[in-house]
Amino acid sequence: MSACNDFVVRFANVNGTGSASANYLFAKSIFRMGIPVSPKNIFPSNIQGLPTWYEVRVSEKGYLGRREGVDLCVSVNPQSMKQDVQCVKPGGYFVYDNTKPLADELVRPDITYIGIPLMETCNREYTDARQRQLFKNVMYVGALSALLEIEFSVLEDLLREQFAGKEKLIAPNVKALQLGIDFIHQNVPYPLPFRVERRDLVGNSILTDGNSACGLGAVYGGATVVAWYPITPSTSVAEAFHSYADELRIDADGRSNYAIVQAEDELAAIGMVIGATWNGSRSFTATSGPGVSLMNEFLGLAYFAEIPVVLIDVQRTGPSTGMPTRTQQSDITLAAYASHGDTKHVLLFPSTPTECFDMTADSFDLAERLQTPIMIMSDLDLGMNDHMCEPFHWDDARTHDRGKIYTAEHLEKITRYGRYLDTDGDGIPYRTIPGAHPTKGSYVVRGTSRDEHAVYTEDSAAYKRNMDRLTKKWETAKTLVHAPQRYQEKYVSKLGVLFFGTSTQSAEEALDLLREKGHVLDALRLRSFPFHHAVSDFVASHETVFVIEQNRDGQMRGLLITELNVDPHRFISVLNYDGMPITADTIMQQILSHLPN
Amino acid sequence: MSFVRPQFRHPHLPKNELGYTTREYEGSLSTLCAGCGHDSIGAAIVQACFEMNIEPHQVAKLSGIGCSSKTPAYFLGNSHGFNTVHGRMPSVATGANMANRDLIYLGVSGDGDTASIGMGQFVHAVRRNLNMTYIVMNNGCYGLTKGQDSATADMGSKSKAGSVNPFEAIDLCGLALELGASFVAQSFSGDKQQLIPLIKAAMHHHGFAFLNVISPCVTFNNNVGSTKSYDYVRQHVQATATMDFVPPATEITTSYAEGADANVTMHDGSLLHLHKLAQGWDPSDRMSAIEALQRSRMEGKVLTGLVYYDDKGKDLHDVLNTSARPLNSIPMTELCPGSAKLREINAGLQ
Repeated sequence: MSACNDFVVRFANVNGTGSASANYLFAKSIFRMGIPVSPKNIFPSNIQGLPTWYEVRVSEKGYLGRREGVDLCVSVNPQSMKQDVQCVKPGGYFVYDNTKPLADELVRPDITYIGIPLMETCNREYTDARQRQLFKNVMYVGALSALLEIEFSVLEDLLREQFAGKEKLIAPNVKALQLGIDFIHQNVPYPLPFRVERRDLVGNSILTDGNSACGLGAVYGGATVVAWYPITPSTSVAEAFHSYADELRIDADGRSNYAIVQAEDELAAIGMVIGATWNGSRSFTATSGPGVSLMNEFLGLAYFAEIPVVLIDVQRTGPSTGMPTRTQQSDITLAAYASHGDTKHVLLFPSTPTECFDMTADSFDLAERLQTPIMIMSDLDLGMNDHMCEPFHWDDARTHDRGKIYTAEHLEKITRYGRYLDTDGDGIPYRTIPGAHPTKGSYVVRGTSRDEHAVYTEDSAAYKRNMDRLTKKWETAKTLVHAPQRYQEKYVSKLGVLFFGTSTQSAEEALDLLREKGHVLDALRLRSFPFHHAVSDFVASHETVFVIEQNRDGQMRGLLITELNVDPHRFISVLNYDGMPITADTIMQQILSHLPN
Repeated sequence: MSFVRPQFRHPHLPKNELGYTTREYEGSLSTLCAGCGHDSIGAAIVQACFEMNIEPHQVAKLSGIGCSSKTPAYFLGNSHGFNTVHGRMPSVATGANMANRDLIYLGVSGDGDTASIGMGQFVHAVRRNLNMTYIVMNNGCYGLTKGQDSATADMGSKSKAGSVNPFEAIDLCGLALELGASFVAQSFSGDKQQLIPLIKAAMHHHGFAFLNVISPCVTFNNNVGSTKSYDYVRQHVQATATMDFVPPATEITTSYAEGADANVTMHDGSLLHLHKLAQGWDPSDRMSAIEALQRSRMEGKVLTGLVYYDDKGKDLHDVLNTSARPLNSIPMTELCPGSAKLREINAGLQ
């Protein structure tokens, strides 16, 4: 298994022992050497004590999806060691702390064991108990750098950056790295058959997580009111907004140009967003599936009352308890039709942190243009893991689209304002902001039971007219949402593949694998709901369409069948729903099973 | 209730300092039952805003669901209103308030909307000291679904159908005090003299002003044996004080007998005169207020008036240290950090 820049390393740690920053140091150093890297946290719903894993895929070809099979496992958690030994591919390596001898049942004849006296060395070299713990982690990174030929200067630079302002921490960290390197140099044949070699494959890419990108996108999108309730895996969206805003949104007198309210629950969080946007601010909330469930009633009100809302849904495995720290794309149906009555919502599907940034910023424009909720369908894998992606971009010539708003000047020219009049024929009415004009433009917001002038009525005809206008608005939405990503100029196959969000990286890899086997399939990446016209065209142009998604019931497939009114037999689901990110291999095997040999 | 609101107005209706008559503060025709206490409260709101010379469009009125929550359509027609979902008015008011600190927020709710389905949001709005006036039109029953007991119905109170409520009532004023509310008052829809100055004071208060108004349901809860009927309330009402509200910068010319009165100076310099104050009563002392509420409850009396007042609290904007400018007025160009900053952020992630 000699391979350069193509392997998977898994770290098995105990939650809460400071391993995260050491493991990140490892991943980032490879990224800094110009090699594509894809780290993923596999962590428990726990603060301290349970096993946690960090998996790093290194891929010369730039494949960033998860890959099955571990080439090297660093196991410093006795609790999970049995499982960790089993995860290593035959011919792979198992790095462990040999301060205590390895139990006989953990010995496999088909893998190589590298014992490093992490605890013994750190206990000898450091006196502080916390340092002894932390530097064990840095020491194994040092050892790996020797085994895999990671450049020492890169690691050193990263430590200097990490501890800028706390310089006295640099030396003991560097020492820990060196302890690991020295041990390998003196005791173990190095480098391993697979290793890293400097490349120039990452360009100006950045390494960041989707939640931070969403938070930053909201700052750029002009959000001023944030209301949220803590829930994994979305919590860090609000936290990221807060930390960016704390730097970028402070008035000259030291006061904040934003308000963040930690609400009492998700019901209140979405209510606050609705109140803020009704009152002319840009506002958002971030939550996960259980939160979206609670927000259903308000989402319906916002749909009918035509209030802009931005909701970032970082999806996770359902239901509330169970596997809240595992990933899925399983809120699709819930989000698309959230609430009672005839409701449909605009959804955006980012697949990288860059797109999280762009779509979050865009969603504020879209929400105000369409006067309706916009949900950004991220997930735990995208939100909480670091991804190599394009740098963020902002065009300073860009103006924020506040949509149709009548100001006092507009109102002066109008004889009678009608909040729900379809003045322009696109189904989108004009709104007014409270306080705009002393005598014109005021009205009482209600769900329905009102006419075009927002006057209370229970007249059936008025109700139906309103519902039909909302349908017209939905059609307008199709022209404004993000177009899908095409993978070919001209269709070459009768078989098509549709995917979205974090299934993208593995899907693209699977398409390559299939091509190598002689199967060339057309592909399209969905980026929004309602489906853009390009989606119906793609479906219409293919006999069979594989729909790749990470849930049990093929929720996107269901949405396609319902919304495009297509024979269900033409769609075949390709699924993964065990809580782990989907792999290219899974996709390929499932598609192959439907293809003639 | 009337079926057609007469368009005729007296040609010499008095005008306030802004040049508005009360007509500019009225809303559309009420669809509540004739004699409903809620309409009296609406009329008191109109009168209070007229007398305080409030620009009607500077008020945002919000409500939940129920008879009470329909009323914002019936007053302040030049104000924007938001009929939200059941029990969730406080969160919408919170968001609205965060977006624009300069408007006056008037929340209207009912006993079902506040003490049952909306209890969670109510208590959190109180503890955040959101700068708003929160009026509960409290009739002890669910009027819009035909008279079921609400959580504020007194134990032993008899419904129109004859059933007796077996559960303890939730005392919203007591709860608000417990949660640290900075303005707590109670009144009766039939006592306009007391209600109007209390609404004025509440709207001037900087922070969360809670006003629980007993407002009999003439259709479903005005029977003998009900403790929220007009007759019962009139017989058992115990006013802590009669009062006048004096807006800021107005010279006080009236004098009162010493010892029986108290002046409450409000955040903005306005004054609330309390006359004939009950013995041992100190509206600035939370303990005294809690004790008085509890005692009147034990005695089966309905305590009305200003129960508690504290002008030193910080409202949510103060706590969050938000900009003095309304957040919804800050131009996007100022809110967006621009591309140069983004390049810096990118560099940090490379």
